[in-house]
Formats: sequence, C-alpha cells, structure tokens
Amino acid sequence: MKRCGTRWKTAALLLTAALAIPGCRPAPPEHKEIVIGLTVPSLSHPFFVCIKKHIEDEARKLGVKVLATDAEDVAAKQMAIVEDFIAQGVDGVVMAPIGAEVLVPAVESLNRAGIPVATVDRKVAGGDVLVHVGADNVEGGRIAVRYIVEKLGGKGAVIELEGTPGASPAVDRKTGFEEVLAASQVRLLASQTAEFYRAKGQSVMENLLQVHHDFQALYAANDEMVLGALEALAARGVPPGQVVTVGYDVIPDAARAIEEGRLTASIEQFPGQQARKALGLLVAQIRDGKPPPAKEIYLTPLAIDKHNLDKAEVKD
Amino acid sequence: MAEGLKRSAILLGFLGVVAALSVSSPAFLTPTNLLNIVRQSSIHGIMAVGMTLVILTSGIDLSVGSALALTGVLAASLEHRGWPVPLVVAAALLIGSLLGLANGLVITKGRVPPFVVTLGTMSIFRGAAHLFTGAQPISGFSPAFRSLGAGTVLRIPVPIILFVLSVVAAAALLRRTRWGRYLYAVGGNLQAARLSGIPVERCTTTAYVLCGLTAAAGAVVLTARLGAAESIAGTGYELDVIASVVIGGTSLAGGRGGVWGTLLGALLIGTINNGMNLLQIPAYFQLVVKGAIIIAAVLLDRLRIAADS
Repeated sequence: MKRCGTRWKTAALLLTAALAIPGCRPAPPEHKEIVIGLTVPSLSHPFFVCIKKHIEDEARKLGVKVLATDAEDVAAKQMAIVEDFIAQGVDGVVMAPIGAEVLVPAVESLNRAGIPVATVDRKVAGGDVLVHVGADNVEGGRIAVRYIVEKLGGKGAVIELEGTPGASPAVDRKTGFEEVLAASQVRLLASQTAEFYRAKGQSVMENLLQVHHDFQALYAANDEMVLGALEALAARGVPPGQVVTVGYDVIPDAARAIEEGRLTASIEQFPGQQARKALGLLVAQIRDGKPPPAKEIYLTPLAIDKHNLDKAEVKD
Repeated sequence: MAEGLKRSAILLGFLGVVAALSVSSPAFLTPTNLLNIVRQSSIHGIMAVGMTLVILTSGIDLSVGSALALTGVLAASLEHRGWPVPLVVAAALLIGSLLGLANGLVITKGRVPPFVVTLGTMSIFRGAAHLFTGAQPISGFSPAFRSLGAGTVLRIPVPIILFVLSVVAAAALLRRTRWGRYLYAVGGNLQAARLSGIPVERCTTTAYVLCGLTAAAGAVVLTARLGAAESIAGTGYELDVIASVVIGGTSLAGGRGGVWGTLLGALLIGTINNGMNLLQIPAYFQLVVKGAIIIAAVLLDRLRIAADS
C-alpha cells in the first residue's frame, strides 16, 4: 500500500512538472528564433563532442539556438530525448542515431509532428529524413589500404586491428580495407580485434609481436588502437617510421603523433564539416523553404599524413 | 597456499590451457611471451586482489573500472602539474581508497545492497572522469612516471612486481591478521559473526577501501604503461576482474576462497587473451570462447567441491 501511495505521489509530481514546463519558457521574441535539437549517441566520446562543438559554432553563425542532450549510448534514452524535443516544439532536429533500426520510431514521431530531421555520421533505416550527411566508412577503409599499398610500393605484409565486434563502423572499415587489400599484392598477415580501445590496442599488438616480425604496415580502425599499438612497437625497439602505421579519425593525439613522426597517417572523415553541412541544410529548409540538393550527401574521407596535416579538422 | 589450491581445480585447468597452447603455437612457450602474459595480466590481477577481499564478504564492487578511470585521470593531471612521482602515486592511492570508503560506508551504514551501491558509483565515477577531462585523453608523462608501467627491475617488468607484491600482502592480511579471519567469518555467516562480537561493518568497509586502493594501483600502472589516461579507460574491466576472482575459486556467496586462486584466475584470463591473438581466433568467436571458459572453470570447481564433500 505504501509503495502504491509513493507511486501516485511521483506521478502527480511529474504531471505538475510537465504542466509547469511550458510556463517556464521565456516568451518568444518578435522574430521567432529558430531552435534546433541536437542528439548524438554519447557526449563522453571525443568524436561526438567534436560534432557538438562544430554544430554550436555553426549555429552561432547562422543565428539559431541549439539544445543538446547526452543519450549516454542508450537507444531508449535517445528516443526519449527526441520526444522531449517534440514536446518543447523545436523547429528541427539534427541526429546521429545510436542504431539504424531502433531510432526509426523517433524519426516517424518527428515526421508526424512535422519537424524536419537531418542525420549525421550514421543513418536511420526508415522514416522521412530531410538529408543525411555522412562519411563512407567502407570508402575510408579503402583509402587506408590504398595509402598503405602506395607507401609499400605495392608489396609487403600488413597487420590489421579491428574495432568492436559487430559495431557498424568496425564492420564497414574492415570491409573496405580487406576488399581492396585482396585485390593488391599486399598480404594480410593477421587481423585481430582491439575493440576500439587504446589499452587493448597495446596488449593485442604485444601479443601479435610474439608471432609476427616480418610486416611493413599496421592499420587500425581507429586512432586509439593505433596509438596503443605504437607503444607496443616502441617497447619492442622498433624505430618510429620503420613500419607504415595508419589510424582512423585524426584525433588530437594522433595529429600530434603524425607531426612528431611516430604515426604515418590517419583517415579523416571530417565530422565537423558533416555536422555543419547538416545544420546548414536543415536551417535553409526551415528558414527559406529551400530543399537540400540531395537526400544523401557523403564527404570523401582523406588520408592525412605529415604533408597535408593542415587539411585535418581541429578537434580540441 | 597449498590448502587453497588443493580445493580449486583452477590449477589443473590452467595447466591444461598452457599445454594446449604450447602445442598449437610455437611462439607461446617462450620466455618473452610468458613475461608478456604476466605483464598483461597484472592490471586486472592487481584489481582482482582487492575484489577478492570484497567478494569474501559476500559483496561485489562493480565500480572498479570507473574508479580506475577517475583515479587515472586525476593522477595524470597531478603528474602534468609537475608533482613528484611518489606524491602522485600516494595521491592516487588515497583517492582510490576514498572512493572505496564511499562505497563501503553507503553499503554498511545505509544498508544498501553492494550491487546497487557500486552500480550507482560505477556511473558516478565514470561521469566524474568525463567531467574532469571533457572526454579528452591526457598524455605525455615524465620517464620516471612511465617506468611504473613500462620499466623493469632486474629484468622483471614493474607491473609484475607490483602484482606479486599485492597478492603476497593480501594473503598475509588474510592469514595472519585478526581482520583477515574476521573477513571470512563475515562472509561465511554474517549473523554468527555479528553475534560473536566481530565489528562487521568496519571489516566490510575496510574491504571496499582496499578494493578502491587496488583499483587506483591498477590505474597508475595502466596510465604509466600506456602513456595516456582516458576517461573511457577501464570500461568493462569489472567483468574481467570479477571473472578472475571467481575462476580463482572464491565463492560469490562469500567466506570461501583466497588471493592465490585469484592470481591463477587472472593469469588464466591473460593467457586465454594472449592465446587467442597468437592463434588468430576471429573476433566474434573470441567472445564465445571467453564466456565458455569462465563457465567451464567454475563448473569444474563445483564438481571438485561436490566430490570432496
């Protein structure tokens, strides 16, 4: 009985709070300010922190307001965030969905509410999305291997570190990498997962070094893993630059490592530009009714090494 | 020590895995690889020593991975501020102990189940680590600090020395002190322990403090070894740490087990990870193998106990 009472009290409280929220909002200004809801999988991941920073910067330039909430990598939470955006009456939503399938209902809710939505980085599998701006992870994997093949002069052996088993960027980057590799003279010596973690990258590389000594290149599906693997190579006494090392994402630590000559290259897929472009197209639609030039826009990834380091996005 | 091992089938299982790997990979049974395995097992191993004490009280600490991240980034920032290495280490251990103390006090004074409390602090510590760093890694340390993870003494890697020292220290605490005997009593039969005048709450809290301390020691070694502290470090470590303890023959019901078994449990997990890399087991299959071995080890232990009684 006591529990039952508490539950009612909680419900009443929530209801009061819900009713109070619209009253709390400031009165709309004369020219109604455009408000955009931003939701990314996790604000504890540097990649999405970077997307948020670029969105906020672009929003200032465009004169729109951004609401951002952390979904903590939980799909149900991201769904609830989108529902909150609808309740708050935002004018548009920029979303990097946690999962392609699970966020379809969220997009459909936005469609029913007549709120346009743009996706960045990852796509959703259904609903009506105004525009998707992303990078092609399969293409990124291909670019990495083409870079390696060129650096090795067409022949040699490479070790691959894969991302989290089953995660879509891990699967896509591996697919592109191994597809082009199979068509080249460069041999895949070993491929193991280090789950996108730096510490794992170090220990998996230490283990692989027990068996493999004759390889000329190392590819990791993100920079964290390659930075861990570089520690393992250094501890083994492999001089920097002897092995062609390629990471992915050009995080600040990796950019520094490229500058210092410890890391050969990293694949840049311009998360900042993706985010800015998505927001720009969304605002153009809301403000001027101008539809985007295409439903899906892909920025081409680029291999960044010390010769074109200035082309990398600043991420910290 | 012999008593603990006799009761556990872990040694047999461990030797079985070692034999199988020696046959299937020529690179396995080499001095450098064996050293490599022990070094890689050290971080989980050190943390598993503290976890053993907690599990002996029939408790659990899910927050160790997050405590590692939080103490790691705090220690890294102190190192960046130019603090001398011994002071950085002392501060890290103190912070870890305080995190453990917080867990212990809420569990004993608040009478909240350990699973719930440490599930909560797992999230709080992780969040605090993200807040502190803005989710950006902290890297670039002095050679003196790096030597705690990457250095050697008499050709033995420092992490291994710290791992062995922590096992020996915990074993001594358990066997030679009153607190150690109390700990078994608390986990064996809480009611009886309380009635016989054992300071149950203080004993239990101390176990969580030491668990926090070993998480901090793990943080120092990991940060020094990797040359970077990250707020995402240690994600999922609680599973490997708890698995090391359980595979090592310590009962999740409390009151039975010890740190020597944990030493073997940690080494077994390290050996399996190493072996799967050497044999190039594909990623998806690795997950299946790891889970199956954990269950098999505990089942084997159960059968052994049933046969004994």
